[in-house]
Amino acid sequence: MLKDSDRIFTNLYGVHDSGLVASRTRGAWDGTAGLIEKGHDWIVEQIKESGLRGRGGAGFPTGLKFSFMPKEPDPRRPQYLIVNADESEPGTCKDRDIMRHDPQILIEGCLVSAFAMRAHVAYIYIRGEFYREAEVLQEAINESYEAGLIGKNAAGSGWDFDLYLHRGAGAYICGEETGLLESLEGKPGRPRLKPPFPAGAGLYGCPSTVNNVETIAIVPTILRRGANWFNGLGRPKNTGTKLFCISGHVNHPCNVEEEMGIPLRELIDKHAGGVRGGWDNLLAVIPGGSSVPLLPKSICDTVLMDFDSLNAEKSGLGTAAVIVMDQSTDVVEAISRLSHFYMHESCGQCTPCREGTGWVFRMMQRLIKGDASIEDIDLLWNVVGQIEGHTICALGDAAAWPVQGLIRHFRPELEQRILARQGIPEDANAPRAA
Amino acid sequence: MPKLTIDGVEVEVADGSTVLQACEDAGAEVPRFCYHDRLSIAGNCRMCLVEMEKSPKPIASCAMPAGEGMVIHTNTPEVKKAREGVMEFLLINHPLDCPICDQGGECDLQDQSMAYGRHFTRFNEHKRAVKDKDVGPLVETIMTRCIHCTRCIRFADEIAGVEEFGAVFRGEHMEIGTYVEKAVSSELSGNMIDLCPVGALTSKPYAFTARSWELRKTESVDAHDAVGSNIRIDGRGGEVMRIVPRLHEDVNEEWISDKSRFAYDGLRKRRLDRCYVRRNGKLEEASWQQAFDAVSKALSGLRGDQIAAIAGDLADCESMTALKDLMTGLGSANIDCRQDGAKLGGSRCGYLFNSTIAGIEESDAMLIVGADPRWEAPLVNARIRKRWRQGGLKVGFIGAHRDLTYPVNNLGVGPKTLGQVAAGEHDFTSVLERSERPMLILGPGAVARTDGAGVLSAARTIAEKYTMVREDWNGFNILHRAASRVGGLDLGFVPGAAGRDVSGILASAESGAVKFVWLLGADEIDMMPLSKTFTVYQGHHGDAGAAAADVVLPGAAYTEKNATYVNLEGRVQRAYRAIYPPGDAREDWTILRAFSDEVARTLPYDTLDSLRGRMVEIAPTFSGVDKIAPAVWDNFGEPGEMSGEAFAGSVENFYLTDVIARASDTMAKCSSQFVARNQKKTGTNG
Repeated sequence: MLKDSDRIFTNLYGVHDSGLVASRTRGAWDGTAGLIEKGHDWIVEQIKESGLRGRGGAGFPTGLKFSFMPKEPDPRRPQYLIVNADESEPGTCKDRDIMRHDPQILIEGCLVSAFAMRAHVAYIYIRGEFYREAEVLQEAINESYEAGLIGKNAAGSGWDFDLYLHRGAGAYICGEETGLLESLEGKPGRPRLKPPFPAGAGLYGCPSTVNNVETIAIVPTILRRGANWFNGLGRPKNTGTKLFCISGHVNHPCNVEEEMGIPLRELIDKHAGGVRGGWDNLLAVIPGGSSVPLLPKSICDTVLMDFDSLNAEKSGLGTAAVIVMDQSTDVVEAISRLSHFYMHESCGQCTPCREGTGWVFRMMQRLIKGDASIEDIDLLWNVVGQIEGHTICALGDAAAWPVQGLIRHFRPELEQRILARQGIPEDANAPRAA
Repeated sequence: MPKLTIDGVEVEVADGSTVLQACEDAGAEVPRFCYHDRLSIAGNCRMCLVEMEKSPKPIASCAMPAGEGMVIHTNTPEVKKAREGVMEFLLINHPLDCPICDQGGECDLQDQSMAYGRHFTRFNEHKRAVKDKDVGPLVETIMTRCIHCTRCIRFADEIAGVEEFGAVFRGEHMEIGTYVEKAVSSELSGNMIDLCPVGALTSKPYAFTARSWELRKTESVDAHDAVGSNIRIDGRGGEVMRIVPRLHEDVNEEWISDKSRFAYDGLRKRRLDRCYVRRNGKLEEASWQQAFDAVSKALSGLRGDQIAAIAGDLADCESMTALKDLMTGLGSANIDCRQDGAKLGGSRCGYLFNSTIAGIEESDAMLIVGADPRWEAPLVNARIRKRWRQGGLKVGFIGAHRDLTYPVNNLGVGPKTLGQVAAGEHDFTSVLERSERPMLILGPGAVARTDGAGVLSAARTIAEKYTMVREDWNGFNILHRAASRVGGLDLGFVPGAAGRDVSGILASAESGAVKFVWLLGADEIDMMPLSKTFTVYQGHHGDAGAAAADVVLPGAAYTEKNATYVNLEGRVQRAYRAIYPPGDAREDWTILRAFSDEVARTLPYDTLDSLRGRMVEIAPTFSGVDKIAPAVWDNFGEPGEMSGEAFAGSVENFYLTDVIARASDTMAKCSSQFVARNQKKTGTNG
């Protein structure tokens, strides 16, 4: 279990004041100018060494991402840091708590990260529904400006830095990095083709880097405490701490900062008060937000919560939003609800996602009642496979994975519903999950 | 120059090529819906997925830049599966109404589903239906068929320059439309019909009239404006069923204007299909012999200078040659092909679009004077817009302000500003001075006026002052809007020694000095003075000219004759007969040839070939078809006074510029929708 002294988000629960003065007593803005003095490349190297992987879902090495930005900026093409605060992944609520309870560490992170990538301007693209959070964050930005921490000669570092908060309109797809850029430019949030990647041509065609709130908020602490401290936590290639959002059928749903690689069972038992009705009442867990495939109890018993362990189980860490489902759950309906979500949130730009998500949802609807044939399960498997990997952005994949997880682990359940509807008696000994 | 391996074939492609282009170079066919050479890349149909080694997912070849050492496979089972998958997704919500779809037979979706699809359906859910949109009188929408390739949106934004199309809603509710239901106000909107890979956007006038495989296709050229767009005339029986563009990179690329495309229904209406002779004030039907007798009688005893001929805007070069020779035979020098009174003629460089249309793309600064390219020559305007989109083009504009779909620097409205530029006293001169390939475009609104010669001369001064004319570049351009004009000027269909021009002919007709006028399809002149003369109207539509005539000789329209047109660049192009002229109507040069016998001035040619030989004799430029003979920079333009009057556009109503368009119902609808929309209703027009 993570020691209190190793916590990065010391005001995650809003117990303390979120204002600038209180934040500084907790360590924010401590020696920021000194960090910046060490230079662009030092920061990037530190982040690379720390092994920090993006906290938004894909887990791309952050230091590497920073290093993609041009080293010698073209004066006609400003460089931008964009902070993705469009936290819309179902089950995820970590960035929200950072923004409303500890905004200063995010703002400080923006400054040092922007400096590392030679950007003078950063945008925070915040989800439209986060109305209060946007107010708190804007207030914090104003405070920082007044205190001279950002703006001209930010924090006395000699680096000019401006930070803008932009409110989205609440579309899930605007959390995809290029969809976000389109939206930020004032266009409909339809993801762009890659290449070109944002580091080459991003916001307004200029070099840009899009990072998650949590990633950026971690950066100053890593620089202050050293890369070795950070990579000493967790497991190799899955270092540091992570905010987990535990929801669903647990006794105490919560957000918690924990070490990477903590066993799932320990995480739920220690921090969320255990599964409702005890561990044995567990049916399945979606370990990383709605986009990743669910895991049945048999895997949950032992799996570790980090990128590589969950990948090995054909799931993913995603945003680390742990959605717990106990035996009372209609797992088919639950996944069907997610299929509806992806159908609703598809931008409609490219064919497989636009047409496929609706088809998948309708088949899922029939499967809830068993109004299908056994072959339809194979058809569904095939159709989601036709979506996955064939789309412009990852929403197609995200729509496919929950259904793949369901079929992979709960095929007997699906088959039994079909047989029951056809009047063939249920096999009492058949397992509910494979 | 990256080198790629495609299906084991190594190809080297130009920098900036995409994988799809490389595949084409290597001979590997890649299906696509959203990709189009002339539009930006959307990459959204996902039909062009191919496999790239070292890439975990298939890539959209249309959007992937070709890179050194890429290894691409287009024929693996994975690619086949990916294509089948995309095809299936496209078809699940596409209505299978091919038998009642106008796109049937020429549908990309139909063809590609045969080639790459699965041939059976696995979709057991309900299909989506989408409400149709009303986007005006030209484009029919059946939005349920839409596959959301966004070609139409990109065309409207990029080529047509009207940002009126877009996609609203998300996911499977996404719809293509005009946001607020309205007609698409572009004179190029018909091209969306060609671009649409399915039957979502089809031609409204052509709807349910023919199937593509029944049509006889004739490759020809357009005569509604001076661009000489290359077209294909699709006919069935004795009717033109539709007109579509034909590829010509140097002229119209693959676009045509809405007038060129949709005015064809005017070919069926108000046609002159027999001869008429005016008896007791009324035009009565007559035979060819009776008509010729009446004309011969009127001519007898007249001196050459009492006879005149005017050629209209649709006249072909063959008939103008024959008419010119006939008039010479009759001793008349009173001939003119410039209905609008443009002060052009003489040296060839002084009336051509010397830079050529394709040459626009090389220009970096442009001065447009008294022209409205958007309506006078929509495809020239599209080319200027194309150049503007590439960046770095500065456009100065003198004349009546109008949205040209690209930003212009409004310098002034009249000759005063032109004079300032010529004298180097205007701010814009610095742009012209710094430019490497400056262009000047002088429109009909600048030369078709009494001080036109002075304006032309001032323009020449500008061209020479800013070195627009040099060995490798000629930036002096005249924008014409009549298909006959350059051909007529090349053939010298202008007043000879002591001859009268159009205004002179009309004035003399009024005064009685001219007693006989032959109108070759000339309808856009003031007919009042002709009431005192004996007037012959030779043409194909009953318009102003026929109404004023004493004898009407029925001719052929541009779709009904093998004829030569010279476009504004001086490009000699041939039109071919797609259908026969109606009734007694004949090809125009044969009428003149037959009549020349009647008055014993027999023209020395009996076949089209020998007539064309005569044309080459008059102007050697006619020897090269689809070629432009560059004009030598020569003397033209005599300095003259310029009035203070502002330059006006020459086209009041784009949709009603010639007799065919004025007879067309479709054009009338467009006119009331787009041009007359803001005019006050009188109470009697419905």
